[in-house]
Amino acid sequence: MLTLLQRVTQGSTMKNTDIKRLFYAHLLCVFSIILSTFVPSFFLESFSILETHLTWLCICSVSVIAVNLVLYFVVKPNVSSKRSSSSHKVARFLKCCIYFLMSCFSFHVIFVLYGAPLIELVLETFLFAVILSTFTTVPCLCLLGPNLKAWLRVFSRNGVSSIWENSLQITTIASFIGAWLGAFPIPLDWGRPWQVWPISCTLGATFGYVAGLVLSPLWIYRNRKQLTYKNN
Amino acid sequence: MRWLGIGTVYLQMQKVSVLLFLAWVCFLFYAGIALFTSGFLLTRLELTNHSSCQEPPGPGSLPWGHRGQPGACWMAARFSRVVLVLIDALRFDFAQPQRSAEPPASLPFLGKLGSLQKILETQPHHARLYRAQVDPPTTTMQRLKALTTGSLPTFIDAGSNFASHAIVEDNLIKQLNSAGRRIVFMGDDTWKALFPGAFSQAFFFPSFNTRDLHTVDNGILEHLYPTMDSGEWDVLIAHFLGVDHCGHRHGPHHPEMAKKLSQMDQVIQGLVERLENDTLLVVAGDHGMTVSGDHGGDSELEVSAALFLYSPTALFPSTPPEEPEVIPQISLVPTLALLLGLPIPFGNIGEVIAELFSGGKDSQPHSSALAQASALHINAQQVSRFLHTYSAATQDFQVVELRRLQNLFSKASADYQWLLKNPQGAEETLKTVAAELQQFLRGARAVCIEFWARFSLVRMAGGAALLAAACFLCMLASQWATSPAFPFYSLLLIPVAWGVAGAMVCAALLATTGLKLDVVVLAAVAAVGSLLPFLWNAWAGWGPGRPLTSLLPIPRPILLLLLIRLAAFFSDSFVVAEAKATPFLLGSLILLLVVQLHWEGQMLPPKLLTIPRLGSSAPTGLPRHSGTYALRLGVGLLLCTRLAGLFHRCPEETPACHSSPWLNPLASMADLDYVVPQIYRHMQEEFRGRLERTRSEGPLTVAVYQLGSVYSAAMVTALTLLAFPLLLLHTERISLVFLLLFLQSFLLLHLLAAGVPVPSPGPFTVPWQAVSAWALMAAQTFYSTGHQPVFPAIHWHAAFVGFPEGHGSSTWLPALLVGANTFASHLLFAVGCPLLLLWPFLCESQGPKKRRHPPGHEAEAKVRPEEEEGEEGEEPLMEMRLRDAPHHFSAALLQLGLKYLFVLGVQILACVLAASILRRHLMVWKVFAPKFIFEALGFIVSSVGLLLGIALVMRVDGAVSSWFRQLVVSQQR
Repeated sequence: MLTLLQRVTQGSTMKNTDIKRLFYAHLLCVFSIILSTFVPSFFLESFSILETHLTWLCICSVSVIAVNLVLYFVVKPNVSSKRSSSSHKVARFLKCCIYFLMSCFSFHVIFVLYGAPLIELVLETFLFAVILSTFTTVPCLCLLGPNLKAWLRVFSRNGVSSIWENSLQITTIASFIGAWLGAFPIPLDWGRPWQVWPISCTLGATFGYVAGLVLSPLWIYRNRKQLTYKNN
Repeated sequence: MRWLGIGTVYLQMQKVSVLLFLAWVCFLFYAGIALFTSGFLLTRLELTNHSSCQEPPGPGSLPWGHRGQPGACWMAARFSRVVLVLIDALRFDFAQPQRSAEPPASLPFLGKLGSLQKILETQPHHARLYRAQVDPPTTTMQRLKALTTGSLPTFIDAGSNFASHAIVEDNLIKQLNSAGRRIVFMGDDTWKALFPGAFSQAFFFPSFNTRDLHTVDNGILEHLYPTMDSGEWDVLIAHFLGVDHCGHRHGPHHPEMAKKLSQMDQVIQGLVERLENDTLLVVAGDHGMTVSGDHGGDSELEVSAALFLYSPTALFPSTPPEEPEVIPQISLVPTLALLLGLPIPFGNIGEVIAELFSGGKDSQPHSSALAQASALHINAQQVSRFLHTYSAATQDFQVVELRRLQNLFSKASADYQWLLKNPQGAEETLKTVAAELQQFLRGARAVCIEFWARFSLVRMAGGAALLAAACFLCMLASQWATSPAFPFYSLLLIPVAWGVAGAMVCAALLATTGLKLDVVVLAAVAAVGSLLPFLWNAWAGWGPGRPLTSLLPIPRPILLLLLIRLAAFFSDSFVVAEAKATPFLLGSLILLLVVQLHWEGQMLPPKLLTIPRLGSSAPTGLPRHSGTYALRLGVGLLLCTRLAGLFHRCPEETPACHSSPWLNPLASMADLDYVVPQIYRHMQEEFRGRLERTRSEGPLTVAVYQLGSVYSAAMVTALTLLAFPLLLLHTERISLVFLLLFLQSFLLLHLLAAGVPVPSPGPFTVPWQAVSAWALMAAQTFYSTGHQPVFPAIHWHAAFVGFPEGHGSSTWLPALLVGANTFASHLLFAVGCPLLLLWPFLCESQGPKKRRHPPGHEAEAKVRPEEEEGEEGEEPLMEMRLRDAPHHFSAALLQLGLKYLFVLGVQILACVLAASILRRHLMVWKVFAPKFIFEALGFIVSSVGLLLGIALVMRVDGAVSSWFRQLVVSQQR
């Protein structure tokens, strides 16, 4: 009985520290996005999110990927590297790169299917696909590795098995919803510079991602009593 | 045998009552739409009568007896020539004189027309500036119509031709033409559409590009002075657009506006210098502009325009007043007509500017007053004649009002005649007569405005409320329909009885009070009368314990999508962009369905759906094959949707958009007559070859699902047969869209069926997402078949398909053809709606392990479906499940119909609300009103199609039942 109680309290404290770590990791991601909007203006002439949007997209994407990689090496949320030979690691990394590219291309195709212009603005559309992949695929790759089955498991009801996966689910869905909502102001006749394709969508995706990052630790903290994960 | 007969009769009755119930719901919607329309779409009859010189508007001698003289008609001509300078959007304060005592104006548009001010100061008896009050809508075309006919344009000028804008009513230009005057026009090409072929010489410039400030104005200036000096004109019209375009582009507060107005000032100065004594100069703005430079609405800044008159000879007896007089803009029409010695246009309701007829500053006060009174009298006679003719043609005006006006006119006219006979009458009596005539003219104008330019808010609100109630009823009844104790008869009979009773009481009341019987109001009363008992029943049957949220059974994501779609009707940008927004929403819904299937762990093949799931605790055990199945369907659907989007037509006035080249007819290809038979021959040979090959290989095997597809097979056949005539009405290349349409609906049905488990005993339901996706797809197909909800985009050529010679006098047949072309997608999807219910049953046969039957086995199984339960236990029952539970089948059809009507009904409700809330919006007549009309017509077509589709399924059901009965009888022998 006592041991059970101990284990439970231990579990809850572990969960609390985990949530704290999650929160700090997410704060770092948010911070990187904020930095990517403000810092480049010190180095680059006439840098602004709207006018030199593509540059910002690249910088933001690179910084978010970098932070994700740093977090992956520092926090190591999943300890599952049984075989850690260097060749295996390289193969895994290459596989990750291929997955990332594939997701970029498939997002691009989906945008076109949703009504994005086919021939004009190809670069813009593709960079939007890149940034959306950065917000969704890269965390998946860092956390779950190039393992489609695990991805499918995480994105289904009752499929998550840790708070990291839970937060991944929330941030990814939030990014998608943000990008989706970003499409709505485009037809309006306000004539604002941010209504041009794909600026509103990229901004929507970014806001969605940031909102997901901020809200997911809070949500998990609030529902920490109800959340039970199967430890496998 | 007897119970069987009674049972069939009962089932037949049930089917009939389902149809009648749906028809009644449709009637509720129609009544609401009709009520709203009668309050919102104000109509005016365009009379084609013309005034003529020989025919004065009323009895009584004309004052000077000039009738025999050349150039004199109803009155002697005061001027033989007119220069009309129309400066688009010349607001009154642009032309307002600035007091010299004040410091120079800081606003760029103030005081720039200095030549007007100089003339007004130095020649006060020669010129006048008026503040012209404009009737909304303040758009250029409507204003031009008013400025030449003297009438009030409404949204639907009944009798006008939607395909062209040419004015059919009597107007100044027509009168000038029939008097043989030479009209030279230069400027805005809107006049070309309004008055085709009316000008002896014309220089049109495109009015479309509002970013271009100078092309039109410079073009006019190039021709203006040479034309004027050449003298080959009687009427010179110059319509400048620069000020309007500057307002649109920069707004009135921009320095560019100052430049533009200064340019106009120079133009006026140049014209004044060249004027001869017999010429009148009119400088007018057609409307004003708002602070941001836009126009179209009815704000004070938009409806006050400048009107400036100048004659080289003295025209006015007095000096101009300190503050310029306010006059209705259409006063210019009768004034110009009489000054030029022309008849006043037949439909004019404007009042002459009396002071222009006083004969200059040197004339006797008495003769001046007499001249003014006689001009007013002719004007009043003309307006009275118009009112008579108009009220005889329609029932628009109230009898009481007309009688009051008639009395006013008779008295004023009698006084005037008496004065003519007793010329010694004092000046004062003349003035009172003039005042009486003016009172009549203003009264007549007020009556016309009341009936042509006012919305009936009561009717609009009533219509909207009725529609909302009907939607609510659809929602309630669709929930009830599947419950076993759904009372078909009482629900149908009681409301209808109440409705008829209410209508009769209302009719009797109206008849006794002597008011005219209005069919629309009567229908609305009947609808309300039949709705009330139903709602009362619902209220009474509402248990206190049931939560209110169960009223809204739509799943939340679907509800969100529906709400977004409805909210889009409230934004003109979204209505214009609907052709793109609808596929986007449809794609979202499709992806949502796929993701939901995955999320719920339901990515099982349809065959396994009947097995209760083992719980989602073992998601890893999902077969991967089925996951890609739904994904493939979804991607295929998205692809089809995107491809269908290639066939869009651009909405009006979006310069960045290019209509699809696929919309052009193929007839431009010369060899078509040769190519098509070749293709046909080739296909024929191909088929023959294939047939022979199969014959040599052995007997032909055809897969049949026994009786399992009996309903859907009939349905699909009917849809194909329906699609072909509709396809013929479109241009050739649109046939690809029809192909995509079938492919798309096939994929969607499969996708929807993948998510629906088949409950074997019933009750059967069609989920909301299926109905919403179906309705969205109907809307999307409307656009992808090259349609837009605006009148100029209607495919008029469809009226001549099969009738290349035209139709003679019949109008209903071309209307039917054009309607079938426009609402083809609404019709197809509505008729095909029962497929939503049938398809999951059809997909039951598509298990992953498809068993091959030896041919010839079906024939036995077909005869005795009950045998399948035994030996052939795995044989899917498919649509025979529906036949086995006839009560549930009827209920499911009813529910499906109600749900579809609900989804369509909330769309029309949103349109109605948007049109009534935004009735003062700039775009109401350009976007919201046409959208409402198209949506309303589409609803009517869809509801009829829905009834037809459901009736077809019931007919098939009846045929199958009677066939089974025959089988039973033959077995018993």
